[in-house]
Amino acid sequence: MIRFILLQNRQGKTRLAKYYVPLEESEKHKVEYEVHRLVVNRDAKFTNFVEFRTHKVIYRRYAGLFFSVCVDITDNELAYLESIHLFVEILDHFFSNVCELDLVFNFHKVYLILDEFILAGELQETSKRAIIERMSELEKLQ
Amino acid sequence: MNPFSSGTRLRDMIRAIRACKTAAEERAVVRKECADIRALINEDDPHDRHRNLAKLMFIHMLGYPTHFGQMECLKLIASPGFPEKRIGYLGLMLLLDERQEVLMLVTNSLKQDLNHSNQYVVGLALCALGNICSAEMARDLAPEVERLIQFRDPNIRKKAALCSTRIVRKVPDLAENFVNAAASLLKEKHHGVLITGVQLCYELCTINDEALEYFRTKCTEGLIKTLRDMTNSAYQPEYDVAGITDPFLHIRLLRLLRVLGQGDADASDLMTDILAQVATKTESNKNAGNAVLYECVETIMAIEDTNSLRVLAINILGRFLSNRDNNIRYVALNMLMKAITFDDQAVQRHRVTILECVKDPDASIRKRALELVTLLVNENNVTQLTKELIDYLEISDEDFKEDLSAKICFIVEKFSPEKLWYIDQMLKVLCEAGKFVKDDVWHALIVVISNASELHGYTVRALYKAVLTYSEQETLVRVAVWCIGEYGDLLVNNVGMLGIEDPITVTESDAVDVIEEAITRHNSDSTTKAMALVALLKLSSRFPSISERIKDIIVKQKGSLLLEMQQRAIEYNSIVDRHKDIRWSSLVDRMPVLDEATFNVRRAGSFPASASTMAKPSVSLPNGVEKPVVAPLVDLLDLGSDDILATPSSSGPDFLQDLLGVDLGASSSQHGATLAPKTGTDLLMDILSIGTPSPAQNSTSSVDLLSTADVNSNPSIALDTLSSPAPPHVATTSSNGMFDLLDGLSPSPSKEATNGPAYPPIVAYESSSLKIEFTFSKAPGNLQTTNVQATFINLSPNTFTDFIFQAAVPKFLQLHLDPASSNTLPASSNGAITQNLRVTNSQHGKKSLVMRMRIGYKLNGKDVLEEGQVSNFPRGL
Repeated sequence: MIRFILLQNRQGKTRLAKYYVPLEESEKHKVEYEVHRLVVNRDAKFTNFVEFRTHKVIYRRYAGLFFSVCVDITDNELAYLESIHLFVEILDHFFSNVCELDLVFNFHKVYLILDEFILAGELQETSKRAIIERMSELEKLQ
Repeated sequence: MNPFSSGTRLRDMIRAIRACKTAAEERAVVRKECADIRALINEDDPHDRHRNLAKLMFIHMLGYPTHFGQMECLKLIASPGFPEKRIGYLGLMLLLDERQEVLMLVTNSLKQDLNHSNQYVVGLALCALGNICSAEMARDLAPEVERLIQFRDPNIRKKAALCSTRIVRKVPDLAENFVNAAASLLKEKHHGVLITGVQLCYELCTINDEALEYFRTKCTEGLIKTLRDMTNSAYQPEYDVAGITDPFLHIRLLRLLRVLGQGDADASDLMTDILAQVATKTESNKNAGNAVLYECVETIMAIEDTNSLRVLAINILGRFLSNRDNNIRYVALNMLMKAITFDDQAVQRHRVTILECVKDPDASIRKRALELVTLLVNENNVTQLTKELIDYLEISDEDFKEDLSAKICFIVEKFSPEKLWYIDQMLKVLCEAGKFVKDDVWHALIVVISNASELHGYTVRALYKAVLTYSEQETLVRVAVWCIGEYGDLLVNNVGMLGIEDPITVTESDAVDVIEEAITRHNSDSTTKAMALVALLKLSSRFPSISERIKDIIVKQKGSLLLEMQQRAIEYNSIVDRHKDIRWSSLVDRMPVLDEATFNVRRAGSFPASASTMAKPSVSLPNGVEKPVVAPLVDLLDLGSDDILATPSSSGPDFLQDLLGVDLGASSSQHGATLAPKTGTDLLMDILSIGTPSPAQNSTSSVDLLSTADVNSNPSIALDTLSSPAPPHVATTSSNGMFDLLDGLSPSPSKEATNGPAYPPIVAYESSSLKIEFTFSKAPGNLQTTNVQATFINLSPNTFTDFIFQAAVPKFLQLHLDPASSNTLPASSNGAITQNLRVTNSQHGKKSLVMRMRIGYKLNGKDVLEEGQVSNFPRGL
């Protein structure tokens, strides 16, 4: 199960933080700080997995943005790596050529996309097209 | 958006915040925005609400407090429009979590929205519930969610399925309600619904055995068919990832099959074919394919024994291990750890590759590989693997050395074929990573050395050589110092040479140099210094020709900043000084051989260092503390004899703590003179101590007792064994009592405990239901203080509970109450509570005692209070 998802830039600014387990506000900040420190200096050739407390963080870097997913120690690392990529593809599609600024100004939409992709810490939909279509349906209702 | 409304638009606010150059500027902007939002909230204008909340969410992401917006979320959720609800739910998930009370208020809105006619609203409610629902909400809303699993729109079905996953995680009791609905989802064609259904089934299987059995019998074949169809399906662009149709669904299916097959041969048998197909047909040149293979291998290894499949799985792992992609190698290492349990040989074949992974630059891989190697070690390969690891220890990163050295020590201890090898390997580790080695490891080493009598000479010489080169490795220095202290004579005389050794010439003076270096080096810690001091004392007898020099080194420590060191330096100095013939006494003898079995038990249990356990004949006391049969000299040096009472208020920290024990581990806190109860086991204390008979009457560790020893009774200590004819005398209550003993100076006058005149007991209070009796005794030598034992007797036919006795005295008296023996007083004089009081009369002889008391208790559930005054105390108290 996914414990939390973080989207941070190289400077450690959090662009998206979704927690599927309850954490204190101060604890969240600590987690964000620690995860950033763990992933930011790793060599590109290194594994995309780092152990974090009693869990592990699967992360992937896209330009200056780190997508980090914290999962249980028994979960399939490669699968989560693949789902990060799928999420990025969805964002890329939705914003057509996504960049960090899109995510800053439309942060609420990023959350909405994520809610269509992952729910209760588990994968909800694996089709990019289904999510994009669902999003445009919802946009029309605005 | 209404352009005329006050306040800025969300986009403008984000821009303004991004334009800030400093954190202070940003804070100012945020503060202003927050003030505006608060003002708008107070106006309660529904029009701006969702924009305000969006702003608040952004502010929240930056890390500022936004509690004041929580109620706005609830209002938005309660509003009729979809856009308002949408932002309200988003805010709810972001700003609140399941532990907040406010969340309870939203349960009703959620319930309404789950029954809403607009399916998009239902979707929003399900999403929020799935992400933040608490146990209470789960109970309240489970029926709605269960119903929605059958909803016509697949978007709702999949959300309801995952929502149920969360609900059963929160409240496992609800699992059985969802079994049927979940089983129906497995027949779905829609991938999104199917994957969530599989997830829900998996969750149910892990928390409920009946559900597991149900799915096993009803759904296994269906799942296998679904997996087969998908594996064989034609290209589906919508779900294709690198040539694999929906690897995510593949993985979920394989995982569910894993729990179904585990522990059930029939189900396992059914899935063999499809697992073999997935394992052989899946493309392994892309991450997606490898993810599926990885999951497949895990399932193969978890289900019931099917050997041919396992060979297949091990081969896949072998391929993974030689993959150039680090991620793949990482998961291979991870999985090989599981494979080792059923096919050790196959994993052993990859030993060389795995060893290479230990040296990988990536810490994640190193860590996995190291753990795997530890599992791979057995009696046959231990020497080779240890050599490899120790060679790598020399060149590894500093931050990896701690893990690595710990594992090497573990391997060496567990599998060492012989003591010589063990000692050699441990010395190598100490040389390379001495500062990372844990205390129990080098303590164990000392125990082994102590037991290997034929290797004493060899070990001490090896240590001597090592410490000359690696003097910065703290634990190496400690072990060397200990060994040189014990076996210094073997060092200089080349006693017990082994064939493999080159003879070395070490003079007595060289050996002392090493100790001196250890004790004077500024960065030695207090334990090392203390050990060095003990070593010096021992060497002074082993090397009589240079005992003057040794004495000089000891004397210098009188100026040490550590109280313990000062104290010991003075003591040792006077031992060396006064008793030149000390070398014939057993005081500085070698330590008796330390008992390995006791040490291991102790290490495993790591119970508090109570009394030291010796290999000497010992008498077991009922409290589990072993009491060595006291040798005469032990008696002298061991002030922790039975007569010492603990008075936690005494000021001397640690100093009496076993004269030759050098437990300074905890004494670094001694400057603060705080004597927190020491629970830490200091095994060193055991290793080096000369037997500390623990007071049997006290169940706390003797370390405490000794460290706070205030010799206030009369331990008659046999000084004559120090060949000094001083008569046994009484140590008085003073922190330098120990000096007196050792120096034989200023024998303090014997203060035989005088029990004083006896005082008759009195009845202090008597009512129809309660009787209190006082008996008196005086502390020896202190006429002002009276010990009063109060006995409470219940005269009524009912039991008193919550019994509490309180007392008050005038100012000239001081009162100390000990805890009562119980707070329940049985009926009809059928037992009693006792409680000790200590009264100090500052005007002893002029005024007599007087006391008011209050007794509270519960009688048949009702509080009863009794009060009384005691003025019939005997005179002269």
